[in-house]
Amino acid sequence: MVNLGVKIHDLDFKNPIMLASGTCGFGEEIADFMDLSRLGGMVVKGTTLKHREGNAYPRMAETPSGMLNAVGLQNKGVDNFIANIYPRIKDINTHIIVNVNGSTIEDYVALTERLNELDKIPAIELNISCPNVKEGGMAFGISCPSAEAVVKAVRRVYSKTLIVKLSPNVTNIADIARAVESQGADSVSLINTLLGMAVNAETRKPVLSTITGGLSGPAIKPIALRMVWQVYNAVKIPVMGMGGIMNATDAIEFMIAGASTVQVGTAIFIDPTIPVQIVDGLSSYMERHKIQSVSELIGSLQC
Amino acid sequence: MKKTVIDLLLLENKQLNKDNFLLKLQSPVPVFDIFPGQFVNVEIKDAQEIFLRRPFSVLDVDYQNQTISLLVKILGRGSKKLTEAKPGVQISTILPLGKSFTLPEKDDHILLIGGGSGVAPMLFLAKLCGLDPENVHVLIGARSISDHIDIEEYKPFGKFYFTTEDGSLGEKGYVTNHPAFTNNLNRFTKIYTCGPDLMMKAIGRIALDKQIFCEVSLENMMACGFGVCLCCVEDTKDGHKCVCTDGPVFNVNDLKW
Repeated sequence: MVNLGVKIHDLDFKNPIMLASGTCGFGEEIADFMDLSRLGGMVVKGTTLKHREGNAYPRMAETPSGMLNAVGLQNKGVDNFIANIYPRIKDINTHIIVNVNGSTIEDYVALTERLNELDKIPAIELNISCPNVKEGGMAFGISCPSAEAVVKAVRRVYSKTLIVKLSPNVTNIADIARAVESQGADSVSLINTLLGMAVNAETRKPVLSTITGGLSGPAIKPIALRMVWQVYNAVKIPVMGMGGIMNATDAIEFMIAGASTVQVGTAIFIDPTIPVQIVDGLSSYMERHKIQSVSELIGSLQC
Repeated sequence: MKKTVIDLLLLENKQLNKDNFLLKLQSPVPVFDIFPGQFVNVEIKDAQEIFLRRPFSVLDVDYQNQTISLLVKILGRGSKKLTEAKPGVQISTILPLGKSFTLPEKDDHILLIGGGSGVAPMLFLAKLCGLDPENVHVLIGARSISDHIDIEEYKPFGKFYFTTEDGSLGEKGYVTNHPAFTNNLNRFTKIYTCGPDLMMKAIGRIALDKQIFCEVSLENMMACGFGVCLCCVEDTKDGHKCVCTDGPVFNVNDLKW
């Protein structure tokens, strides 16, 4: 029996396979397809202080080996989450992590304070990397001083596990990772989507209502792997890797590059049973390679 | 039935006309509770630059033989690749997805209007509704007779009318010009429609005006099909709704038409 357990800060994950925010709803939407308790954790849909309608349709464009989205953090706000969604999902036997968004530092802080009250939410993922909102979002994640400022403010009011989700749309992601580590982040997750664009040649119009959107899927995997490796080498806190993971081999590659856990995202759209298949695939890989504990795999890249 | 990711065996792939194909797929397990308006998200294998599944409305279900029929119209590379599949291959699907049309009650008098590949759920509804065929009127619009699909098998379930834009079959013009629609529309207690947006909007506005119950089936572009990507939203009176899970069937009263 292999040991798939992994620790992030003081939180024990039964295995390193998680669901990425914005691709698994609140878990309920995909519960028909899989037993969510088989997963290490799930990061539920990006939440804001107030209800957001998100961007106008169209919000999606298929691309070679991936897709662009421009959802824009559509969600019903934290009050709705606490009153209606949390009671329904809180007893799912996996770590439920909320992805936290804001337009201002005050928003992030106020939202975090609300989530701090919830017993069954052991961690938050601070999203300073959403490319699809006009205010806040990625703006906080593309410079060290602004990333530091928001993490510092949130850290002051949050005692549980604080994960910061990083943007790949920067010159040096390792610098941003160091900046958020210096302000007390317990972990970093990366990468969020890459800013991209699609054009309709027939109409000469943008495909997305917002013109630009976030690219995800296997198309971004090599970039994500490179960034996970760079960040792993730059910080001491554990790294959660994501970006185009479609199967167990992809997940293992991220762990070898330095990811302690991985998040499966866009793959869910293609086949929502993939995350559980990855848990099984990781076990059999470890058996095949006589690896006792998943921790032996993390950052084991032999250069 | 629970939403499932399942491989179905392609039994038959029949070309109905230039752009439309009928794919008959067999399930290894019983299929049940699949209703008109619901859809199946189909994986397109070995196709360059096709990453996402493609949604297709269900044309028919044979519960006894565990088969599901889809009407596939070639719209782009994904649908084209699917129509090239040979019988005997396994096709990965996710089903059943979406909400169905509201099934009529026994004293309803219904009008079903299908345009293009939108005929699929209309034919399925005509067959499944269980009404006296005298009370089921089916109006089908196409560009030309060459775009029309053979509906012989469904004829016993209702009264059929046709329009084509070039007049090569039935009345010349749009479905909204056909006497079945223009004469005494109020005799219908429910109108159901699936097809091009402009056609559904024209029908929906008239139904709203005449206060006749009317459901339409939307086709917004989607990535997942089960309510997690939030890409296929329609701007309704109650805010953004997912076409894949809150729809694809909507009552026109709820839309901003």
